[in-house]
Order: sequence, then C-alpha cells, then structure tokens
Amino acid sequence: MTYVLAIALGLVAGVLAGMFGVGGGILFVPTLVVLGLGPHEATGTSLLAIVPTVVVGTWRQSSYGNVRWRGALVIGVVAAAAAQGGVALAEALSDATLRKLFAGLLVLVAAQIAWRARHADR
Amino acid sequence: MRLVLIGLVAGFFSALFGVGGGVVIVPLLLLFCGWQARAAAATSLAAIGITAVSGVIAYTLHGDVRVGYAALVGVPAAVSVAGATALQQRLRIHTIELLFAAFLLGVAVWLFVK
Repeated sequence: MTYVLAIALGLVAGVLAGMFGVGGGILFVPTLVVLGLGPHEATGTSLLAIVPTVVVGTWRQSSYGNVRWRGALVIGVVAAAAAQGGVALAEALSDATLRKLFAGLLVLVAAQIAWRARHADR
Repeated sequence: MRLVLIGLVAGFFSALFGVGGGVVIVPLLLLFCGWQARAAAATSLAAIGITAVSGVIAYTLHGDVRVGYAALVGVPAAVSVAGATALQQRLRIHTIELLFAAFLLGVAVWLFVK
C-alpha cells in the first residue's frame, strides 16, 4: 500500500515538474521519509529521483523550444556551488524561524505572480 | 549577471530549506528577469538537472543514495512529466502563472506547518 502511494506521489511530482519547472524533491523527500529512509538518505535519494524527472522534462520542453540553455547552465553551475555554502550555514542557524520567514516570502511572491498574471495583457 | 544571482540564491535556499531550486528559480525568472512562464519552467528544469547531479555525487560519496527507492518515485515522475509538459504547452501563460502562484501558496503553508 505504501508503495502504491509512493508511485502515486511520484506521478504527482512529475506533473508539478512539467507544469511549474520544479524538480519534484518537495514531494520526493517526505515520501521517502514515510518509506523509512533517514533525512540524509531521503535527500540524497530524492536528488537521484530528480535526475530522470528533469532529463525527460527538459527533453520535452526543448522540443517545444522553451529551454534557454545558456541561462540554465549559468544558474545550474552557480546553484550547485552555492548549495555547498548553504549546507554549512544550515547547520549553524536555527531553521524553524528561517523556514517561516521563507514561507512568508513565498506568499508575497505568489501574490506578485498572481497580480502579474491578472494584469498583464497577454 | 542576474542569472548568476539567481543561481546563488537558488543554491543557497535549496540547501537551507530542503526545497528544490525550482521554487526559487522560477519566481525569480518571472519577476526579476521578466521571462514568461514556459521559458522559466523549462530553463529551471535544465538548471536543476545540473544541481541534482552534483548533489547526487556528493551524497553518493557519503553512502546516502538508495537507487531502488529513487527509481520507485523517479520513474513514475519521469513518465508523468512528459504529459504535464505537453499540457503546459497548451495552457495560456496567465493560467500557468495563476496555477504556479497557488502552488507556491501551498508550499508556503507546508513550510509553515512542517
């Protein structure tokens, strides 16, 4: 039953990846934790699960001409390097407060995107 | 230059909060660079590919990658992402953006209660 749920959540993660350009880790990590993996194992395993998801997603998106390769290369390489610094800092800071601040920031960003979508004449 | 900044913020926040880089990359490409939703989502996926491979290498060295479990969730996702991409291509831009705003709200709520 848990495995059926994991496959179903995998399918949902792929829909989020195709629709919104996120990797799916936001669903993979909690799913893997439910399956019994520890937090580090869940993160590492989620990253591996993201690879086939984004490879297929990028391949399909590129067939529609939507991928800007130079931008992807710059963002991806810089983000991979910055993640190393983020991990070091994550261990130094208490994360509950930061997480709530980030959640608040996302609400503002969501409102801004919705406003733009309503008012842009496209 | 803006793209370098986006990469920095995305890598930093994803490590800090355990959210994928996409939750950061896509809004910044939309609002900070003025890209439209399809190009932002597509380019974000390609960028995440690079960070994910780099992360997999690091976690593999620590023995924290379980290939079978990755396939259990990753293979279904790789199947449905193709259909979702085709659907996204048919939706109007502002529909995609409104749905994305709703998704971000959901992420915010989840981060808040987690």
